[in-house]
Amino acid sequence: MTQVNMTVNGKAVSGEVEGRTLLVQFLRENLGMTGTHVGCDTSQCGACVVHVNGEAVKSCTMLAAEAGGADVATIEGQAAPDGTLNTIQQAFQDHHGLQCGFCTPGMVMSAAALLKDNPKPSVEDVRHYLDGNICRCTGYHNIVKAIMAASGQDVSAIAAE
Amino acid sequence: MPKDHGIGASSKRREDVRFLTGEGNYTDDINVNGQAHVFFLRSDIAHGTLNSVDTSAAEGMPGVVKVFTGADFEAVGSVPCGWQVTDKHGEPMQEPRHPVLAHGKVRHVGEPIAAVVAETLEQARDAAEAIVVDITDLPAVVDMKEAVKADAPKVHDDLTSNLCYDWGFVEENKGAVDAAFEEAAHVTTLELVNNRLVANPMEPRVAVGDYARGTGDHTLYTTSQNPHVIRLLMGAFVLGIPEHKLRVVAPDVGGGFGTKIFHYQEEAFVTFAAKACNRAVKWTSSRSEAFMSDAHGRDHVTKIELALDKDNNFTALRTDTYANMGAYLSTFAPSVPTWLHGTLMAGNYKTPLIYVNVKAVFTNTVPVDAYRGAGRPEATYQLERLIDKCAHELKVDPIKLRRQNFVMEFPYATPVAVEYDTGDYVATMDKLEEMADIAGFQKRREASEAKGKLRGFGVNCYIEACGIAPSNLVGQLGARAGLFESCTVRVNATGGLVVMTGSHSHGQGHETSFSQVVADMIGIPEEMVEIVHGDTANTPMGMGTYGSRSLAVGGSAMVRATEKIIAKATKIASHLLEASESDVELKDGAFTVAGTDKSVAWGDVTLAAYVPHNYPLEEIEPGLEETAFYDPSNFTYPSGAYACEVELDPETGQVTVERFSAADDFGNIVNPMIVTGQVHGGLAQGIGQALLENCAYDSDGQLLSASYMDYAMPRASDLPFYDVDHSCQTPCTHNPLGVKGCGEAGAIGSPAAVVNAVLDAMRSGGKDVEHIDMPVSPNRVWEAMNG
Repeated sequence: MTQVNMTVNGKAVSGEVEGRTLLVQFLRENLGMTGTHVGCDTSQCGACVVHVNGEAVKSCTMLAAEAGGADVATIEGQAAPDGTLNTIQQAFQDHHGLQCGFCTPGMVMSAAALLKDNPKPSVEDVRHYLDGNICRCTGYHNIVKAIMAASGQDVSAIAAE
Repeated sequence: MPKDHGIGASSKRREDVRFLTGEGNYTDDINVNGQAHVFFLRSDIAHGTLNSVDTSAAEGMPGVVKVFTGADFEAVGSVPCGWQVTDKHGEPMQEPRHPVLAHGKVRHVGEPIAAVVAETLEQARDAAEAIVVDITDLPAVVDMKEAVKADAPKVHDDLTSNLCYDWGFVEENKGAVDAAFEEAAHVTTLELVNNRLVANPMEPRVAVGDYARGTGDHTLYTTSQNPHVIRLLMGAFVLGIPEHKLRVVAPDVGGGFGTKIFHYQEEAFVTFAAKACNRAVKWTSSRSEAFMSDAHGRDHVTKIELALDKDNNFTALRTDTYANMGAYLSTFAPSVPTWLHGTLMAGNYKTPLIYVNVKAVFTNTVPVDAYRGAGRPEATYQLERLIDKCAHELKVDPIKLRRQNFVMEFPYATPVAVEYDTGDYVATMDKLEEMADIAGFQKRREASEAKGKLRGFGVNCYIEACGIAPSNLVGQLGARAGLFESCTVRVNATGGLVVMTGSHSHGQGHETSFSQVVADMIGIPEEMVEIVHGDTANTPMGMGTYGSRSLAVGGSAMVRATEKIIAKATKIASHLLEASESDVELKDGAFTVAGTDKSVAWGDVTLAAYVPHNYPLEEIEPGLEETAFYDPSNFTYPSGAYACEVELDPETGQVTVERFSAADDFGNIVNPMIVTGQVHGGLAQGIGQALLENCAYDSDGQLLSASYMDYAMPRASDLPFYDVDHSCQTPCTHNPLGVKGCGEAGAIGSPAAVVNAVLDAMRSGGKDVEHIDMPVSPNRVWEAMNG
């Protein structure tokens, strides 16, 4: 067991981990932050996406020890301290971009990373960027629409509701 | 103007806030103090004699609490099947024992052989590697037609063969159907495969068993669509725990699509092991485990024939299907290819004579059961592919041929034992033709061709039967359960309501839409209504959510319970208003006396119910809480027409969906936003089946598609925006909301539209291919184009 220290959502945290402990396990099991989900075991589904030093990372694919000293952001830190949803979260609710909610934390974190690098993406950009995030409920229509809306673009041409 | 609250409003989902902020409470988020973890050692061969399982080395490994094998479960019941089909000779189906852990034989890759309970999951997994399993390989049966041959290896040695049942429907009509084929002016025949799929909700299954020795109380937290059903099946049939000592909790569940209906042996294991180890035991499925332990879907091999007279009227339909059951009977498996498939074979058409034969077959594969649509997609796909083939043979327009044969008058009794209460198939087809811009298709085709691509157009009509009922009928059909739903409405003293439903939400947004209904009935804000579901300790016995039944059956129970509340509250109000009960009416959250300005607010009446100082105690009890159980008199019959436009690259065989239009009739709609979202999701799964998804086994029964590297889940870039309309509404006549159900339509109505479009594109490229099986992969298309 080794000691690992990092910052999660602006707060310094530490814990004892095995060499094989994944970042997502550290978040969920050591820190009890269960907002980040595990949907597969081959780094395909993206339910576990967090930001590490500002970059989107599949936290099932990074060892906790590798994230030592890093600045990690998770879904729990996205809303304002008073609970107000951020622009992307609010767009997901407004446009019904989630159903069962299981892929949602990864979708929101991926969308945030996309819009940071590409503030006005095309629909094709969004669909391409989401190739590493699988949703089984929505058929992606409303996820794509929500991300386009969150980028400030007009989505009225995309079928209503 | 769209409504902004109540029934008919696109109210934003209240569930979303917790899901968007990481505050959902999924089963894997639940950790019980002192819990241990279990890892299942699963068979890596499809069929073999289990000679010995040596756990001695594993038992000494670090952190190991206890190691279990099949021998530990000999005195425990078989994992039960909830539906007994009677074959065409009147005999019950063959029903094998389904052990919690394999004993004597292994029968599919993924079957659990042993289970290690340890302090951590890693320790359990490490110890499982030290278990020595001695298996003698046996030849596996994978292909259904091979499996039913006389000399085929038997999956279950104590059964007479691998044939579970041979079902004929309606057996008495067979002679008349055959005679109609003799007299037909034209017969179209089609053989096809409905590919095996894996439901793949994004949340893998999880089960946490807990036991309190001091009270003898068991608790199971599980990823279930129907916690009460799991409690009854597991308690009564497997472990012998009475309901009052067993609580089953299904909290936030991350998608179900059918595969979380069933009672699985992992649930029974953790419940059993928690008592045996006297501590909580948690199991979290990996995705790889999910592929080889979640019940699969579809997997039919069918020959279907349509007879027509000289005027192109359908005169008879005959089908012959092999349906894969896998190695064991999952909870509702026998009902899917029979009562959820044969009864739908009339589709939207007035074919007077129909005969359906289904042979259900055991193979050395994962059990197959209901997956979104369950039987109805299989029925729709074969029928709608057949009609397209027929139209092509007769050189008539496929839409015209469909329209000519539509059922036009309702109610309509089909020759396959169901009665459609309402529908308007012309209206949905009219709407579809408008949405799909058929007039503009030729231009779009030319534009595709200018790019070196081919473009095709395909349609599909569908009918589905939702909210399967009534209980006394399904009992006659072999169901070992009732199919009612329940609701308790508790009004609090200050006027807020807690609605406890037997339905379960795992993505459908019931907490929002159910609130809309109750709030609308009383005339109060939706925020005053809380929906509670998923816990047997605080909901009435209910059957859960599947088969698009929640609003039609669960919603009806909720309406009935709310009506009782309103009736009692009206009595209280009439006392407070000193008016005759018949003069008092509830409107906009207040009781008023007709023709006067006398009124009392909802909250004053509810307060009086719990502070009964000025109250007719001699006439009615204090309090305001009512329960209703609702057992529908019939199924509901949503219907619709779908159109798909594909582009096909003849160089690579790649097919892309360019347009998809869906015109549905769901009867009345409570929340249009949620309904549209349900259709989107169904369409994605239907298009996924048509173009991408396939659960593949090799001839030895090895599962080849056991990860997202191998099983092609639809991604955002694989799918288009969908054009969805549900303005055609013929309300259901027999439930109080007039609703029909919308959860499965998209998955039922889309695969044939896609394949019909692909064949149309191929024809436009000069290649007249009769049929191509799903998934229509680039490889298959290229081979067909160049074959």
